[in-house]
Amino acid sequence: MPKLIKQGQIVEDSWQPVDADAASTGTHQILSLDQWLALTDKAGRAVQLEPGQAPAPLFDELAQIPLIAINFPVFTDGRGFSYGRELRHRGFTGELRACGHIIRDQLTYLRRCGFDTFQMADESDLAAALASLSDFSEYYQAAVDQPLPLFRRRG
Amino acid sequence: MYVYDQYDQLIVDQRVAQFRGQTERFLAGKLSDSEFLPLRLQNGLYIQRLAPMMRIAVPYGLLNSTQLRKLAEITRVFDKGYAHVSTRQNIQLNWPRLEEVPDILAELASVQMHAIQTSGNCIRNTTTDQYAGVATDELEDPRPYCEIIRQWSTLHPEFAFLPRKFKIAVCGTAEDRAAIHAHDIGIELVPNAEGEIGCKILAGGGLGRTPVIGSVICEWLEKKHLLTYLEAILRVYNQNGRRDNKFKARIKILVKAMGVDAFREMVEQEWVALKDGPATLTEQEIDRAKSFFTEPDYLTLDATEATSKLTAECVREPIFGNWVKRNTVAHRVPGYQIVNISLKATGFAPGDITDSQLELMADLADEFSFGEIRTTHQQNMVLADVQMDQLYTLWQRLQKAGLATANHGYLTDIICCPGGDYCSLANAKSIPVAEAIQARFDDLDYLYDLGPIELNISGCMNACGHHHIGHIGILGVDKKGEEFYQVCLGGSQAKNASIGKILGPSFSQDDMPDVIDKLLTTYLELREEDEIFLDTYRRVGIEPFKERVYAKAD
Repeated sequence: MPKLIKQGQIVEDSWQPVDADAASTGTHQILSLDQWLALTDKAGRAVQLEPGQAPAPLFDELAQIPLIAINFPVFTDGRGFSYGRELRHRGFTGELRACGHIIRDQLTYLRRCGFDTFQMADESDLAAALASLSDFSEYYQAAVDQPLPLFRRRG
Repeated sequence: MYVYDQYDQLIVDQRVAQFRGQTERFLAGKLSDSEFLPLRLQNGLYIQRLAPMMRIAVPYGLLNSTQLRKLAEITRVFDKGYAHVSTRQNIQLNWPRLEEVPDILAELASVQMHAIQTSGNCIRNTTTDQYAGVATDELEDPRPYCEIIRQWSTLHPEFAFLPRKFKIAVCGTAEDRAAIHAHDIGIELVPNAEGEIGCKILAGGGLGRTPVIGSVICEWLEKKHLLTYLEAILRVYNQNGRRDNKFKARIKILVKAMGVDAFREMVEQEWVALKDGPATLTEQEIDRAKSFFTEPDYLTLDATEATSKLTAECVREPIFGNWVKRNTVAHRVPGYQIVNISLKATGFAPGDITDSQLELMADLADEFSFGEIRTTHQQNMVLADVQMDQLYTLWQRLQKAGLATANHGYLTDIICCPGGDYCSLANAKSIPVAEAIQARFDDLDYLYDLGPIELNISGCMNACGHHHIGHIGILGVDKKGEEFYQVCLGGSQAKNASIGKILGPSFSQDDMPDVIDKLLTTYLELREEDEIFLDTYRRVGIEPFKERVYAKAD
């Protein structure tokens, strides 16, 4: 089973990756946005957004989505960072996963944007990737992990 | 100036450690070229034609003497003993070794400096008026807001992988010396109808391949909303800016494509979610930022006496008098003067400064200007607070070091990117063109007769030399592997900003001094009274210049 970093732990993934061509999908399959939109009963079903798929269509259903994955096919395409913040701002409390070609040097930023699970393209050194989440211990901006900007916390 | 507290220092120190690890992984083959690329760019490191180039951040162009001495030491230990002032008020090194860059960053961190986000598709160094705080026409000092923006944009988690680079400038004066119209976001401090100072926000300006003058997105914004509003603009851009074509990825293309009104509407919608949230500035924070930019201990001087004494010195020594006239500017405080130090001496690459000159500048800053110095986007330096009665001594010291070139604002005060000599993006060399023009027009009397002229040179479309907004702009182009130069006329970075118009077919490098000569002769023949080049051009248009330059010899 593929491994990933979830809430600071290395764990096995219990979800199946997106198969956009699949006619029928199991309940543990992450769905493409089109597949998810086509469902009549969306409760408990996970969905993945691609760059260019802004999260607005999910807003009304956030309470019943257990997992939203945001794909980064190219790690320099930063749209997903804003998607993460938008989703958390709208009150999404489920698992927010970054997947695709993310590199460990982006994990702090991703966590700050509300992501709690990281599926690395390169699984060979998840311990080092996990460690990079501690690269920084202080930040200037308000973000999901620290809603108060530094200027409201400075002594 | 701003002084780090333990938080600022911690963030910069942790960034150095992070980049040291990234560099080690790259050198060990654990990080690919393409993965290392944005990481090193966001720490100021380019891989260039001959060696890496490193761009050190000088936030809004302000340096103290300790930092200048450290920069001198860095150029000596890690480079070839000189540095270059860039058009974003930053300092560039042309010859650092990649494996030593983490050590350079650690040295910088020891004097509260860094190279964070000086390159890459992220929010770059915020720039401002080089006369901030001392200008006679200033409504409010823009630097506290620059520092607030610096902190907000530093390692911003959401905006580190934007479609393209993103540049912000702030000004607080009637005369715009920060070129805010040519920025992705330009901010002008302006009063509303009740007289309260707030922020006018422009977006979608920029140079590069498609030069555009910024559009007003918000006429007046209460200061406390500054960061949430900027965040809304950036969020709209991050999600909607084009990523399929890097030449169409700047925010200016998005604003044009959507139309200003639709863009503004989208920003306002996004802003609803952020407005009055925790990122809203507190009065305390604005006051804290302002507390770092209070007045130094100015003496109470008799301006009339100081002025008459200075006038006498100028008469006694005309070369000094000329330098005072050309390179110094009136100061807000009686008895003080702003001094521009030209880094445009003939025979040196525009904006270059040696290690010993950097150290001299540090000494001069300590002795004459409260220990501070400024870099300018025209690639010069400024001592902002010099007593009039000390100008003569200062000038003598500058003269000995070759730093008293009295050409500030004149033809040979050329803005010029590093060009093909150093930069791997460049299509053509720019420094030799600048040097040839400086050598050709070395007669100061002729230069002064020409009056103020801005001549800007870029070695490629990226327009680091701001050629579109020079009164005369020169752009290096590549034609079948050969270097040619396109000329444009009528650009301006001032309040009535304009984009220059292309004159016609391009020229070879050797032709350039002659071409400039023909343009200047045309101007001198056509000018009325004290009209400067730009005004003559605006009155007569491009045709007379075109006719002269492209006239067939017969």
